[in-house]
Amino acid sequence: MMADGPERAPERALEIAAATHPDVDLTEIDPGIGRDLVPLARPAPETVEEVRRSDVDQWGRSEHFRALTRRAFEPLYKHWFRVEWEGFELLPEEGGALLVANHAGAIPPDAPSIMHGIEKDLGRPVYGLAENLFRALPVVGTLWSRSGGVTAHPDNAYRLLHDEGHLVLVFPEGTKATGKHYNDRYRLRRFGRGGFVEIAMRAGAPVIPIAVMGAEEAMPVLFKSPRLAKALNLPYFPITANMLAFGPLGLVAYLPAKFRIRVLPPVHFDVAPNQERYSRSRVMEESERIRGMVQDALYDMLRQRRSVWFG
Amino acid sequence: MRALVTGLSTYWGGRVAQALEQRSDVEVVVGVDTRDPRTPLERTEFVRTDSSHSILARIVRATQVDTIVHTHLVVDSTRATSRTLHEINVIGTMNLLAAAGAPSSPVRKVVLKSSGLVYGANKADPYFFREDMPRTGPATTPVERSLLEVEGFVRDFADDNPHVDVSLLRFANVLGVDIETPFTAALRRPVVPEILGFDPRLQFVHEDDVVEALMYSINNDIPGVYNVGADGNLPWSKVCAIVGKRRVALPFVFTNLAAEPARLLRLWDLPPEAMQILRFGRTIDNTRYKRAGFHYSYTTASTIEAFAQALRLAGTIGDSSPSYRYEREVEDFFRHSPAVVRPD
Repeated sequence: MMADGPERAPERALEIAAATHPDVDLTEIDPGIGRDLVPLARPAPETVEEVRRSDVDQWGRSEHFRALTRRAFEPLYKHWFRVEWEGFELLPEEGGALLVANHAGAIPPDAPSIMHGIEKDLGRPVYGLAENLFRALPVVGTLWSRSGGVTAHPDNAYRLLHDEGHLVLVFPEGTKATGKHYNDRYRLRRFGRGGFVEIAMRAGAPVIPIAVMGAEEAMPVLFKSPRLAKALNLPYFPITANMLAFGPLGLVAYLPAKFRIRVLPPVHFDVAPNQERYSRSRVMEESERIRGMVQDALYDMLRQRRSVWFG
Repeated sequence: MRALVTGLSTYWGGRVAQALEQRSDVEVVVGVDTRDPRTPLERTEFVRTDSSHSILARIVRATQVDTIVHTHLVVDSTRATSRTLHEINVIGTMNLLAAAGAPSSPVRKVVLKSSGLVYGANKADPYFFREDMPRTGPATTPVERSLLEVEGFVRDFADDNPHVDVSLLRFANVLGVDIETPFTAALRRPVVPEILGFDPRLQFVHEDDVVEALMYSINNDIPGVYNVGADGNLPWSKVCAIVGKRRVALPFVFTNLAAEPARLLRLWDLPPEAMQILRFGRTIDNTRYKRAGFHYSYTTASTIEAFAQALRLAGTIGDSSPSYRYEREVEDFFRHSPAVVRPD
């Protein structure tokens, strides 16, 4: 943000003081000093009013676009998946937190559902980390970015959590989970290399595990074609039940599975933030523990589920 | 201070020399370049050299300069063939650093103007590049390769010469009416290219902030590598909207091939590295230089706004700054003739 004319003068005074006395350490100077100084003559370049001219933030997310997609997704959320939350009150109203969830469905409907529910009922934006594959896709990549998608780079996650205190959603299983067969449903894959734990530790943010039930049945993967996947440069090429049922429409038509989303108690790590590196064994241990929490919650929810379609 | 400015006839070299002339503690300003200066200068001594600065060791020894400002790095690959690019950037910097690091060299400070091009623009990039982050893909264009090579020399030079303060500034894409870059040139056209389906986040820096940033490194002892880019970023579509230009979509495959007719027609001349920016965008993290005490006058949004306003003015009244032609005899007369009365 830019300061206006008179506000800038002291900074300029400091700058010049530092320029003429190179020994002066700028970090030690109280920014209040020099406020009473006569403003230094300098053509003020800030005749230009500070305007962003766009509600697209520096991550590429647009609240306006999110509102549009929320309006489009609401019927699906409410009437098709009939999403129900448990433990919603465990989500923090402020401060950064890393939401860690299980991932499922060939084109996973869990990410939009989680983001939709939180933005609607908690009123906080959620940034979803995903493979950089999205960034290279025309149109889709732009829409993904406008709706809060961010490339899963450790530094991106750190900035979002630590510097800006946002909610960040991550699926540590990645495409290993969305590309798994229907037979393997609700059996969590490896949680990457535990990178998400390390980022949360570094950012000093808690991890909030989330278990999602229903996404597996919304778009089950029956077969996979590694050859097509390779040819199209995709992580997997699934033949889904939806495709068999609805033909090409099956790419976008979900089955009406009942969604239950359970928020688990936040995991705080008892370590100092902003360290260069963290103990690998500790990171792996925590990652495995969080994976266990989500897996156990899923088994518990499945035990109580009477019907895939009615919950 | 006795200063030497390379690339005197480039926009940056000229502006830096003008700023140095204003300082009373700067005794001597020497400027070198292959072409005549294009900015009016009062007391800067101009020496014509070849592009690879092979004469620089002699100039440094003869003038006993203690500060070298190297603005003569070509970052716009449309201006030079890859051969001259190599000659100017790599060989030129090598000769410059050799001159600065010669035994008993009086040089105590070197400031270089590099570019954010060294980070590239790839899909795996972090959204904000810090100075210590490596690029995520190999350098594919000659200008990027040459700048990386230059930065390697600079690192070695700084290691070998701990008594010299070396500041390397990496600039974001510069915007301003007085400077011509592939982006400013494209934004002056009635239609501006975009890549179909991509709307990346772009960051700019105002031309005045670039000069201020170079001067800040010259005036202060802050050795190190710094990113210089204005706060924030904006989607390319918004950049074009602020400047008031319509966009024309290029296909997302064979983009460079599709842009070729526009290059031949001289509509836009966006080199491959600029096309990468139109696809993935690039934002560099400017906090390190701010922490060193530098203040920006413009944000990315106000940089674009200022550019748009200046374009509108230029569209009405034409070029507002009078053109300047360097004439050696005239300049020599004003600088050295005993007939000229000079205030002390």
